[in-house]
Amino acid sequence: MKSSFRICAAALAMLLPFTAQAHKAFFVPSSTVLTESDHEVTVDGAISNDLFYFNHAPLRLDSLQVTAPDGSAVTPENAATGRFRSVFDVPLAQAGTYRIASVNNGLTASWDGEDGKPRRWRGSDAAFKTEVPADAKNLRVTQIANRVETFVTVGKPSALTTSGVGLELLPVTHPNDLFSGEKATFKLLLDGKPAAGLAVTATPGGTRYRDQQDTIETTTDADGRFSITWPQPGLYWLHASQGGGREAPDATPAKGGKAGKKAEPRPRRVGYSATLEVLP
Amino acid sequence: MRASLSIALCGLASAPALAADLDLKLQIPQLDVAEYHRPYVAVWLERPDQSVAANLAVWYEFKKRDGEGEKYLKDLRQWWRRSGRELQMPVDGISSATRAAGEYELAFSSAQPPLAGLPAGDYQLVVEAARESGGREMLKIPFTWPVAKPASLQAQGTSELGTVSLALKP
Repeated sequence: MKSSFRICAAALAMLLPFTAQAHKAFFVPSSTVLTESDHEVTVDGAISNDLFYFNHAPLRLDSLQVTAPDGSAVTPENAATGRFRSVFDVPLAQAGTYRIASVNNGLTASWDGEDGKPRRWRGSDAAFKTEVPADAKNLRVTQIANRVETFVTVGKPSALTTSGVGLELLPVTHPNDLFSGEKATFKLLLDGKPAAGLAVTATPGGTRYRDQQDTIETTTDADGRFSITWPQPGLYWLHASQGGGREAPDATPAKGGKAGKKAEPRPRRVGYSATLEVLP
Repeated sequence: MRASLSIALCGLASAPALAADLDLKLQIPQLDVAEYHRPYVAVWLERPDQSVAANLAVWYEFKKRDGEGEKYLKDLRQWWRRSGRELQMPVDGISSATRAAGEYELAFSSAQPPLAGLPAGDYQLVVEAARESGGREMLKIPFTWPVAKPASLQAQGTSELGTVSLALKP
């Protein structure tokens, strides 16, 4: 029971990276632009095909990172995870921009269990050594760096910093300063350096009430920059990813097995998703 | 006072007039709705790049306790992003209470703030109104400051604002 639960939990946890093509992970904040007399927002987190409806799976909160304008970590309140969505409140004690993110950096592994059934695992580099059997059959390991986030600003927008890991958004236009009919420009960084030539999509919410996705597609330039002119107000789901193709067998020492020889780098999958609000 | 100043300065034909006037009339329409709240209204002058040259008026519920009335200032969306979020409300001489439906006159002179020292150039008068459980409307009237001869300009609202008239005098 316990092991099947673990497999189930792991499979659920991996929905995010494995089905990035099909399912969209997102946060929906109750407000994105607030005055200083506002003291909290509540945020929903979910994974689904439809934007922004809670009809598939909750966005789990184990990798939730809420960062205050001064860079300090904020402890979310009243967090709960239900059948279709997670929810939590964020106290807003400072003026400026809060970053609400789910950040998953680590490894995923799959292999054939001793009973012949497939095993899947996700965790940190350190946990990999102890939790994944060293002699696992047909072991495939992929590095993942996935970020799902949204932004909330109290009063005047403040600068956003990046961590230098995975795909991250650096504002040229502030993400809480978006207006219909105006052009917004952002920069995408991969491990802190411009992510050039990366496909970026922006899909407006409310997909249930129209026949087409109406996704806006663009590509980052050599500087990692891209621009979007918002055709209408509303919430948009911005997304970019790299890798995520087939998983190669884990890099094992090359033929001849010379001890200490450096293994080939593991395949890597990076993803970035943000919920952005565009005002009329 | 103004007359004597212009007499005193009549030798300096090329100098800008010292006390040009900007008079504004704005209508808040009577609305037949089940739930009516007086609109929040912001009036400002913007430069061609949409930056704010001068805030002329902000009408909001500034007397509500605990700053509760400030919560909705962000609903004046353009005013909020262009200058509201930079200000500590209330602002003397600019903020005042919301108004009932009717016509209101606002008079400004270049001899006094907020127009004093306004450089010559192209501007737009912007009037934005947002109503709780209601709509939002924004009107703009472009003009050049200062004017050489009296000018009368107008913009017509359709939902939250009626007629906005701008009278400019050299």
